[in-house]
Amino acid sequence: MTGITTNATLFEQLGGAAAVDAAVDIFYRKVLADERIDRFFEGVDMEKQAAKQKAFLTMAFGGPNNYNGQDMRNAHAKLVKIGLDDSHFDAVVENLAATLTELGVSEELIKQVAAIAETTRADVLGK
Amino acid sequence: MTRIKFGEQFFEAENNETVLNTLLRNNMQVPYGCKTGVCQCCLMRSLDNAPPEKSQVGLKDTQQKQNYFLACLCESEDDMTVALLNNETSWLDAEVIEKTDLSTNVILLKIKAKEPLAFIAGQFVNLRRNDGVIRSYSIANSPNSEHELAFHIRILPNGKFSRWVADELTIGMPLSFSHAQGDCHYVAGQNEQPLLLIGTGTGLAPLYGILLDALSTHNHQGEIHLFHGSRDASGLYLEEKLIALTQKYSNFHYTACLSGEVHDKKYTPGRANDIALQNFPNTTGWRVYLCGQPEMVLHSKRAAYLQGASLKEIYADAFLS
Ligand SMILES: Cc1cc2nc3c(=O)[nH]c(=O)nc-3n(C[C@H](O)[C@H](O)[C@H](O)COP(=O)(O)OP(=O)(O)OC[C@H]3O[C@@H](n4cnc5c(N)ncnc54)[C@H](O)[C@@H]3O)c2cc1C
Ligand code: HEM
Ligand code: FES
Repeated sequence: MTGITTNATLFEQLGGAAAVDAAVDIFYRKVLADERIDRFFEGVDMEKQAAKQKAFLTMAFGGPNNYNGQDMRNAHAKLVKIGLDDSHFDAVVENLAATLTELGVSEELIKQVAAIAETTRADVLGK
Repeated sequence: MTRIKFGEQFFEAENNETVLNTLLRNNMQVPYGCKTGVCQCCLMRSLDNAPPEKSQVGLKDTQQKQNYFLACLCESEDDMTVALLNNETSWLDAEVIEKTDLSTNVILLKIKAKEPLAFIAGQFVNLRRNDGVIRSYSIANSPNSEHELAFHIRILPNGKFSRWVADELTIGMPLSFSHAQGDCHYVAGQNEQPLLLIGTGTGLAPLYGILLDALSTHNHQGEIHLFHGSRDASGLYLEEKLIALTQKYSNFHYTACLSGEVHDKKYTPGRANDIALQNFPNTTGWRVYLCGQPEMVLHSKRAAYLQGASLKEIYADAFLS
């Protein structure tokens, strides 16, 4: 084993589905406890939400997913109607980075994750 | 060649084909989403052979033990009989063997199954009246050689099923019930883990089953804190038994909470879930069980999680009617 991982995808470097599992508990707790954005997550079934958070993380980690831009628009359209804007988007990305820091992920990889999230901004915010 | 049985039909799986794809290829209606083991939309259960470990990634350990699996990750080497989760509709026969009042509006009902059965205390079964009315009730005892199941049934003034239990069901009558299901039960293997049990009303039934399982079957060593809530003292229907258990097991603690007026010092005023979660502001590493009113369960799940408990270690039974 040489330990050279140049060909590994970002998703693999982060640890794949297991990394998503580890991150979801921490990430979702941060989101629910964040007063800037908690209202968007009120009153929903926690297990279902956690499953959606997993879908979110898989996407942000560059993992396999079936969502396209239109899906992202649809998923967040209701939220845009009740005021979802750039400040909330930034807050989510911030929580994401804090989660990865807590899990000991390198800054380099965190930057890559943030960059992937950034590509969805226009769709998520319905712009 | 692997054969998958679904309902009454058999399907041949192709090499390296997942159970989900086999079923979809044959035009079966199966829910799915990501097809990568993340969303858990395709959760199913094997009724015979254990599914491959890989198809159980991310499931709760109680689900794993019960052969739940994700169809989209499941390339089985063995033949399998698989079912969607609410598809297990075969009914078992039992006879009523005991009916006693636990309080003015809670009845202890015991039935004896005609055949041996597999269950874990705290799971629930569906009871069915012969005209087809079906209700879920939690199992309040541990598995035993007599195949007996105990339930605590709260009698609602106009409750279809519960009133019938109170007024018409008598000892010796037959009653059919479903296989035990649900993941609200004790999990062996983490003997030192602290347990927080919170229940309102007959939400105590599964908690009592879990408690007996933990203390007497598994000799659990970690601290166990039970908070039982009721409006008034008459609803604390297992008080004496629970106090006796605290005397027998030093790691077991019982707090009786009254949300109505409190005249007696031995009761704590307030809601059981609020009191429990105030007493234990840090639930990191705890296993939490929540049973009873749906609003209480929903609210407490969130609180227990925000206070540190892992989502996978919060087990809840909302007594939806
Ligand atoms: C997983 C699970 C486990 C359960 N375990 C248990 C258990 O161990 N013990 C138990 O007692 N129940 C349990 N239940 C609830 C049980 O399944 C029934 O819903 C309950 O017994 C009511 O059925 P019923 O036919 O008597 O009432 P129904 O005829 O179904 O009437 C219910 C109606 O009663 C009314 N009602 C509700 N609450 C009250 C109230 N406080 N006072 C007056 N009226 C009210 C409402 O209008 C409701 O529509 C469980 C439910 C689930 C889902
Ligand atoms: C950073 C970029 C984001 C990505 C990649 C993303 C991704 C996703 C995905 C994949 C889903 C699941 C869709 C589904 O299957 O139904 C989802 C749902 C959701 N997202 Fe986002 N999201 C992002 C930003 C945000 C922001 C900023 C908020 C609010 C502050 C938010 C709130 C929600 C909510 C509440 C849901 C659930 C909607 C529902 O239950 O119907 N998301 N998101
Ligand atoms: S389809 Fe998503 S876990 Fe199977």
